[in-house]
Amino acid sequence: MELVAEKNTKNFTMNKESEQESKTKISIKNARVWYGDFEAVKGISMDIKPNSVTAFIGPSGCGKSTFLRLFNRMNDYIDGFRMEGKIKIDGTNIYNKKIHVEELRKEVGMVFQKPNPFPKSIYENVAYGLKIQGISDKKVLDSRVEKALRQADLWEEVKDDLKKSALALSGGQQQRLCIARTLAVEPSIILMDEPTSALDPISTAKIENLIFGLKEKYTIIIVTHNMQQASRISDYTAFFYIGELVEYSKTKTLFTKPEKKRTENYITGRFG
Amino acid sequence: MRKFKEGFIEKTLLTSALITVAVTIGIVSVLAFEAVRFFKEVSIFDFFTDSQWTPLFTDKHYGILPLLSGTFLTSAIAISVALPIGLSISIYLSEYAPKSFRKTVKPMLELLAAIPTVVYGFFALIIVTPYLQGIFPNLSGFNSLSAGLVMGIMIIPFISSISEDALHAVPRELREASYGMGATKLQTAFKVVVPAASSGIIVSIILAISRAIGETMIVAVAAGQQPRLTLNPMVPIETITAYIVQVSLGDVQHGSIEYRTIFAAGITLFAFTFVLNTISYRIRKKYQSKYE
Ligand SMILES: Nc1ncnc2c1ncn2[C@@H]1O[C@H](COP(=O)(O)OP(=O)(O)OP(=O)(O)O)[C@@H](O)[C@H]1O
Ligand SMILES: [Mg+2]
Repeated sequence: MELVAEKNTKNFTMNKESEQESKTKISIKNARVWYGDFEAVKGISMDIKPNSVTAFIGPSGCGKSTFLRLFNRMNDYIDGFRMEGKIKIDGTNIYNKKIHVEELRKEVGMVFQKPNPFPKSIYENVAYGLKIQGISDKKVLDSRVEKALRQADLWEEVKDDLKKSALALSGGQQQRLCIARTLAVEPSIILMDEPTSALDPISTAKIENLIFGLKEKYTIIIVTHNMQQASRISDYTAFFYIGELVEYSKTKTLFTKPEKKRTENYITGRFG
Repeated sequence: MRKFKEGFIEKTLLTSALITVAVTIGIVSVLAFEAVRFFKEVSIFDFFTDSQWTPLFTDKHYGILPLLSGTFLTSAIAISVALPIGLSISIYLSEYAPKSFRKTVKPMLELLAAIPTVVYGFFALIIVTPYLQGIFPNLSGFNSLSAGLVMGIMIIPFISSISEDALHAVPRELREASYGMGATKLQTAFKVVVPAASSGIIVSIILAISRAIGETMIVAVAAGQQPRLTLNPMVPIETITAYIVQVSLGDVQHGSIEYRTIFAAGITLFAFTFVLNTISYRIRKKYQSKYE
């Protein structure tokens, strides 16, 4: 695949036909993860659909973050991390030895639980990923920064002080800045690990709206502890329990007619 | 009884704090007092402009510049050795090295600062200088080059250790954000981690400079005792500290003008290190609160 070859071409997305045909963006086959001796993910297989929002739910410690971070290989640097199984994005096994992890991550963006802007200006935060790729043309940078900030619904609030430190923004604005920063790189998948858990209800609503609008262009996976949130914004929901995938179906089905007792107990708040 | 004990401990702690403050004030006032008396006899203008320092000769000159240039030269050489090495070590330890490696190497590096400096001094004089003379035949037996180089090695841990602490304190989330956008480890280290830790790194550099300026034994042993206004690293020079040692160990008469030169030189040195330490203290205070 291109990902393997020339570094600067961004050809990670496979030809559109086969993608359309298979209707699978990410395909996971029997993924298993260990931290040392501890098995955190116990053989999960699932397919994730393109241009949709998929929610990961489940009790704390069941391996949602670990599983999510497999898709951009963010676990690679963790001591004792080991994985087995296959994860294919657009048909390419991303754990193939020949994969450029950096190229993969341009294609699979990530938004974290706590807003984590760099201690730099708003502009520099959004331009960061572009500069990393060697883009230095001021015009190109300006227009892509603006575009990303607009997409993240932050432009109107910050357009007059792009030079201001990102740390001076409110928590909700910071998180939207982090989303803008991710969008600027133009990934096709966005991973969100509890992106609103540190935010107030109004900021949360803004980000939910944002996610809703983004799925036209992106494949979004969101980890959340908030059942309402999952049911509001996602098309598909996966319920995990102690390292296993218990149930995975259309969000509506999962929340109204769960197949498994365990899922029902969880979504009705009887445990976890 | 318990209350009495508490009170007693509190008083003891307070007393030791007060003693420390009193001693510091005492030292500074003696310095200032003797320096004032010195400047009654020598004009401050001459002190800072005369290019010769010859208080122990019959033709007396009291220009501090040669001593300052000696101090500047050895410190600059030391910093230009310690800065790149110290920073590289700190970045390697914090961003690349496995945890276990970091845990063993860091204390070992700190040992460098624990070696008595007189040992470094003789190392410079007996091993480094002869070796360098093989490369630069016109290098004097005493010179600022080898003293500076060896001093640079001594102050490496000041930079590497404090910088590493600062780099390590940068939250993992910032690194992950950078990796997440496709940055390599190297890009992340230099574009995110180092800037985020910059205040800590600057503090480490200032402390190292301050340490280099105040260093005495290495320069006294290996750099010579010839005050000379020069930036040539090949020739013997004298630093402020080396001069103070020289005169203190000699037999100048108590209360004489020669004797007071020690305090004039001393207060100059103190002024420099005081300013540097104050700056680093300010920066450190600002940066402590940054990630809390
Ligand atoms: N770096 C690590 N080293 C060792 N064990 C880990 C590490 N990270 C996570 N684990 C363990 O792996 C399991 C899954 O963790 P993970 O963070 O994926 O759970 P989670 O479902 O995201 O939980 P939460 O909802 O609290 O975020 C947990 O038991 C956790 O203790
Ligand atoms: Mg988690």
